[in-house]
Amino acid sequence: MTVSTPAPTRARPGFWRRFSRHRLAVLGALTLVLLAIACFGAAFVAPFPADQQDLLLGPIPPSAQHWLGTDELGRDYLSEILYAGQLSLTLAIAIALISTAIGVFVGAVAGYMGGWIDDVFMRITDLFLIVPAIALLALALQGLGPSPVSIIIVLSLIGWTYIARVVRGQVVSLREREFIDAARVIGATHRQVLTRHILPNLSGVIAVNVALAVAGAIIVESTLSFLGFGVQPPQSSWGNMLSQASGLIGTPKVYLLYFPGLFILITVLAVNFVGDGLRDAMDPRSGTGTPSRRRRT
Amino acid sequence: MLRFAVRRLLYSLPVLLVGSFLLFWAVRTVFDPLLKLRQVRDPELIARETERLGLNDGIFTQYWRWLSGFMSGDWGVSSRTSGSVRPMIGSALTVTLELLVWGVVFATLAAVLIGVWSAVRQYSFSDHALTGLAYVGLALPAFWFGLILIQFLAVWPQQALGWDKPLFFFIGLSSPGQDPTFVDTARHMVLPVLTLTVGLVAVWSRFTRASMLDALSSDYVRTARAKGVPPRRVVVNHALRNAWGPLVTVVALDSALLIGGLLVTEQVFSIPGMGRLFLDSLLAGDVFVLLPWMVITGAAVIILNLVADITYGVLDPRVRVA
Repeated sequence: MTVSTPAPTRARPGFWRRFSRHRLAVLGALTLVLLAIACFGAAFVAPFPADQQDLLLGPIPPSAQHWLGTDELGRDYLSEILYAGQLSLTLAIAIALISTAIGVFVGAVAGYMGGWIDDVFMRITDLFLIVPAIALLALALQGLGPSPVSIIIVLSLIGWTYIARVVRGQVVSLREREFIDAARVIGATHRQVLTRHILPNLSGVIAVNVALAVAGAIIVESTLSFLGFGVQPPQSSWGNMLSQASGLIGTPKVYLLYFPGLFILITVLAVNFVGDGLRDAMDPRSGTGTPSRRRRT
Repeated sequence: MLRFAVRRLLYSLPVLLVGSFLLFWAVRTVFDPLLKLRQVRDPELIARETERLGLNDGIFTQYWRWLSGFMSGDWGVSSRTSGSVRPMIGSALTVTLELLVWGVVFATLAAVLIGVWSAVRQYSFSDHALTGLAYVGLALPAFWFGLILIQFLAVWPQQALGWDKPLFFFIGLSSPGQDPTFVDTARHMVLPVLTLTVGLVAVWSRFTRASMLDALSSDYVRTARAKGVPPRRVVVNHALRNAWGPLVTVVALDSALLIGGLLVTEQVFSIPGMGRLFLDSLLAGDVFVLLPWMVITGAAVIILNLVADITYGVLDPRVRVA
């Protein structure tokens, strides 16, 4: 038998009202939805099928038929970008979710338990702070080989430390609050306290971090591609389209360098705006009009 | 203060040790140092080389051998270039430090100017425009920005105006076969420094703006204005002096991040510094270059963090550490 109860709403009252008042965040969210539809629905939306070559046409600059021009093999560049976006967006979202999950788990446990667990965890994050992340990523990908799956694994395993530190800090201060004592006194286990009482209080921090992590992952993936450790052809992502076009400076084909970068720029901007909107809507006091910092790369 | 600094540094040593050991282990696992020789299929040669390089010993013994050599100044030989490691690191570090110093100086100046300007003119058109630019600066992949700079500031004007040399150079840090003059160096520096610092200028200028706004709305600024202090003096001597402390901390902390940015910048502009040295050595599995690389960059990060904490105390006596 099921008893129907109203779904508990975790967001604070007025969340959507505050979010929708942040005009740039709404614009960013709309942009992201459109981008996602265009990329994942590329089979229906893209003006040309994937990988359709026209060798006689060759590379031509943007025109009425090919909005963003064509590449060396005569492939429509807009269609290429939309298909590449599938991989870029999938990677970014997967990395953001996994690294946030790891970070929240480690940070919450370390902050809540304290003691030697906390010490060990802090030393591990120290280790990650000392070496520039991009160097660690390159090293790990050189070992594992640059397949999309290993890119997700490596970027997630290295990207969790930032959110872990943030969550730990929050948990350390939450731990001392009366409602946690109250929960313990009525017999809640540590696991119940963490999942039922502490995690809901972190929803704002977590949501903002997922947005920042998506933005960070898109940039890091493209940077790794440029350095030669990212997605490898024939698979394509915005990052490796850019790195393939990086040698075209000063040639008539330089337009191939502009568009994938613009797509990255627009996506990251949109994600950051959404992150700001989320932050302001979750915690009205923090609204400073300052762009959220990108994570360390 | 001194005790605090020494304790912090001693505390960081184990992290460096563990980090360098893990790196040693990882590189040795991923790369076979005898890969080239294996093509010869001469088991005797391979056995001899294995013996010579001490690859039969356990990983701890091998690491210890490197560490004791490193401590006594013998940094070993690069397997990629067969050259001695110390001069390689030395010359790369010189190049990188030059780029870093210019980068930090430029980024700080630009960020303070932009931040103060937009704080003083809060919500004006220029404030909004600079805010928008900061968002864009944070959303740019740095290498793409560098390539775009090359196209629009060097290659395109050169082609359009028919010059035989571009205004800003984009390969290396000096023209080959010439004595480095200030003008020549500056023409090489402009584009790499912009690429390296675009994200930092965005972050630091926002930071300056926020702490200037705090300072400008404080009681002591109102008092100064009421006394009739000229507006410029209020901004520079009263507000900026108080907004300065947190900024210096952020500058020191973030300068450590520039080391990561160097990988990209040096790759885009073919600058033979630490970033390129890392990438080349990584691709070749050159562990005896990678290890000192990590120790030096790690030590730099640790020291910069310490400097950040100490300067914060110096500039703001309220948070001075015991």
